[in-house]
Amino acid sequence: MSTVLASKEALAGKRSHPWLVAWTAGLVTTVLLYAFRDYWPWAWQYPREWNVPLRFWVSDFMSWLVNEFDLGLFTFKELTRSLSWLLHWPLAAAQSLLSAGFGIELSEDEMLRLPRLSWLGIVALAVILGHLARNWGLAALTGSCFLYLALFGQWDSAMVTLSSIIIAVPIGVTAGLLVGIWGFRSARVEAIITPVLDLMQTVPVFAYLVPVLFLFGFGPVAAMIATIIYATPPMVRCTMLSLKLVPTETVEFGRMAGCTRRQLLWRVQIPSARPTLMVGVNQVIMLSLNMVIIASMIGAGGLGFDVLSSLKRLQFGQGVEAGLAITLLAIALDRLSQAFANQPPPEHREQPTSWLKRHPHLGIALAVILVTTGLGVFVDALRSLPENLTLTTGPFWNDVVSWVNVNFFDELDAVKSWLLLNFLIPVKRFLLQLPWVAVTGLVALAGYQLGGWRLALVSASLALFIAVTGNWEKSMISIYLCGISVLFAAAIGIPIGIWAALNNRVHRVVQNIIDTLQTLPSFVYLIPVVMLFRVGDFSAMIAIVAYAVVPAIRYTDHGIRQVPPDLIEASRAMGCSRLQLLRRVQLPMAMPEIMLGINQTIMMALAMLVITALVGTRDLGQEVYIALTKADTGRGVVAGVCVAFIAIIADRLIGAWARKKKRELGLA
Amino acid sequence: MATTESISSADLSEQLTPENGSKISCRGVWKLFGDDAEGFLADYSGAPSTEAIQRAGLIGAVRDASFDVGDGEIFVIMGLSGSGKSTLVRCMSRLIEPTAGEVIFDNRNLLEASERELTEIRRHKMGMVFQHFALLPHLSVLGNVAFPLQVQGVERSKREARALEVIELVGLKGRERYYPRELSGGQQQRVGIARSLAVEPDIWLLDEPFSALDPLIRREMQDEFLRLQNMLHKTIVFITHDFDEAIRLADRIAIMKDGEIIQIGAPEALVLNPASDYVAEFTRDIPRAKVLTTGAIMEPLQNRESLRGRVSMHSKIAEVSEQVVAADGDVAVVDDDGNMVGRLSRDTVLAVLVGKSASS
Repeated sequence: MSTVLASKEALAGKRSHPWLVAWTAGLVTTVLLYAFRDYWPWAWQYPREWNVPLRFWVSDFMSWLVNEFDLGLFTFKELTRSLSWLLHWPLAAAQSLLSAGFGIELSEDEMLRLPRLSWLGIVALAVILGHLARNWGLAALTGSCFLYLALFGQWDSAMVTLSSIIIAVPIGVTAGLLVGIWGFRSARVEAIITPVLDLMQTVPVFAYLVPVLFLFGFGPVAAMIATIIYATPPMVRCTMLSLKLVPTETVEFGRMAGCTRRQLLWRVQIPSARPTLMVGVNQVIMLSLNMVIIASMIGAGGLGFDVLSSLKRLQFGQGVEAGLAITLLAIALDRLSQAFANQPPPEHREQPTSWLKRHPHLGIALAVILVTTGLGVFVDALRSLPENLTLTTGPFWNDVVSWVNVNFFDELDAVKSWLLLNFLIPVKRFLLQLPWVAVTGLVALAGYQLGGWRLALVSASLALFIAVTGNWEKSMISIYLCGISVLFAAAIGIPIGIWAALNNRVHRVVQNIIDTLQTLPSFVYLIPVVMLFRVGDFSAMIAIVAYAVVPAIRYTDHGIRQVPPDLIEASRAMGCSRLQLLRRVQLPMAMPEIMLGINQTIMMALAMLVITALVGTRDLGQEVYIALTKADTGRGVVAGVCVAFIAIIADRLIGAWARKKKRELGLA
Repeated sequence: MATTESISSADLSEQLTPENGSKISCRGVWKLFGDDAEGFLADYSGAPSTEAIQRAGLIGAVRDASFDVGDGEIFVIMGLSGSGKSTLVRCMSRLIEPTAGEVIFDNRNLLEASERELTEIRRHKMGMVFQHFALLPHLSVLGNVAFPLQVQGVERSKREARALEVIELVGLKGRERYYPRELSGGQQQRVGIARSLAVEPDIWLLDEPFSALDPLIRREMQDEFLRLQNMLHKTIVFITHDFDEAIRLADRIAIMKDGEIIQIGAPEALVLNPASDYVAEFTRDIPRAKVLTTGAIMEPLQNRESLRGRVSMHSKIAEVSEQVVAADGDVAVVDDDGNMVGRLSRDTVLAVLVGKSASS
């Protein structure tokens, strides 16, 4: 008996003892640093006079770039100018085709006006594409999405948005493909690209806008450039990954067939990599749509502009309609591109001789577009839907909002105030009082425990960067808002995920809902929140939770479902009840996966955080937003990088933990 | 036993080189994986020991491989997984760059060929078949088979005509428009074979071509392979981990272990005289009657008059056992010209049939 006890103690002691001591020491130091804050004020709040004026250096550098940098043959300014001139042409062409129509000057006062494509033709085109990509079901979905745009009077704005998307996506895809190929071919290039991509994908969107605004000015072209920069990274990643996934034997076959390097790439590797590449294309489309509203801040116009301006004027009805239009556009394009991506490999069929029979979809599409547009010259209703035929739900939404506010104002306000007073504000105060030296130290300790001295060094220096650039306080507010939101998202998402994992019917329903939620541009979440709760931290939190809850659900569901079935059978055979099975087997085994879900939740929360600056938070997001309105590049970029660094610290720590745990569980 | 004497040491050494002069040869080919393998090999003047390789943290995938493959010969390289056989065949086409050695093909060292020359050689003189078929999923059967010609820039009508020819040859006529995923494993490998033959290669490399197939299909494909070879007479390097397959197909077999070739010889010679316990382990379960020829186990002529009937010295025991066992006396063994060269007793044949070792 005594030996059993002794060995138990030895086991427990051996495992946790040194870490327990280290953490206790760390926490005691934290308390001491706080208690003696009057003696060592520098260790409590980061002294202002220690700030490194990095943001001014960045701003100065940007000014120098624009005003003085000379590349020899031409200046940097000329380079950016010619780039936007170059991009302006395809964008203008697409806009004429879809929304404005062409005007060709024949002589001084004669103009040949060619109409834009008829709305009816484009709706038909959406139907035809849906059918080509999958079946009549998809055709009905895409058709009705586009029909909504026409019927609810969103057509003109939607076509402006669509034209920038159909130009931005091919450019993003091509650029991503080429950079990805480069990275695939050269290990050195890959080593440079990967951390840059990491940073690009964690820096909040707003932070992109500031330098783009500075370099390319305000307008649709600058907005498109920002969109391309934002949407391209996943394509680069997918390209590198998909080329690596091509089976070695297939590449060897190509070499044995005597392919040159170029033939090997374009005829063997790229076609074999198609499925993963198409995932990248889908990502580019979705991210471009995600940018629609944000890009309208630097002049994109279209649906994004409608949403933004109606939000600013608190005209919720119009905001909802335009937001819904973006959402439907996103759903239609997402499902279409996914259907094209998942199309089964080709099957043999009889080759008909006539061109029309071989390309029935193309033939019909061309005919419909030509006929409707041609008739549109004579029939106005085909050019744009007559106004008396369009519907509007704007007043309805306004009524809903006022009804809710009239009838439930007290209840909503009570919940909001209670949470603010008892939870949000105390947490915020607590975090702001923490000595920065101690926090940095604890981050380093966590890094050391989870991943060794390298991780400790990386995490601590990123934290130090935040302090040194003078963003500590704002970062703490960001962490508070993000942390609480993640907590709520986990509290909501994990139980739903468990439920979905245990019940197939729930799984299907939940899957459909979260797939749709993920198609929504992040901005859209703000609309109902602001309608119901006005501005402030509380509204921001609700929007963040709604946006970031998806990965918590998805990863929990997936983690529990991937527990090996023989393990579950074995536990059943040992007589576990359902609850015991869940608690003792499924949840522990799924834990690493669930933590990766939480990690994703944090990433999405940080991305949303910056957008919620629009509803009046006082954190890093606000800092970036202010920088945008003042075109202060340094301020925006540095604050954006701080957000990215918070994300990277969280990502590295949680990732290290999950990897360690997976190894221990034999899942790696 | 008497049979051991019939394979003299002279016979064995003869089997190291092919009968018809060599088409492709390896001379001291090394492949070490790891940092600065060339420098390491030079330090040990080209012959490091196993321990030295391990100490340096390198992996000796192929170690000092030398052999010749004759014109029209089926040369099988047999070894278990990790023995280096796939690396060796890739060294022969420089899909993997050997660390040291020579690969002589048509009297020139392939390792000295430039990238462009190598491409030309691969385009016109080499064909390769892969374990997992390596078909291009986006091309039809016709497209896949015509692909090597397309890469060379052969015009469409010509390359498709040639592709149709080979597709018919492997028995897939009528499936030209099918896509790989619509075909069974065996059919896919037929496409792989047709594709490797489309350019009429001199050297045909097959890397475990039937290993991914079901046993029944594998058997059928082996027969198909022998049928094709009887028509085409290619010079073949065939990789397998299956000793039965090696015995069935090979003119000569090279057995590899830990990167080294430990024995080269005709199937019969391996069965009769395994060079080591390792080789003997493979040969133990092989039905001898199907491997041994009468010539290998015959006894010296004594009394010509008592012989009943005659069998060819190249026949396998299994083919003549019925005749010998039924005869009421020894049977004469004759060479190609009909000269009696030995005799075969019922007891000897029975000993082989019931599996009593003829070799040890």
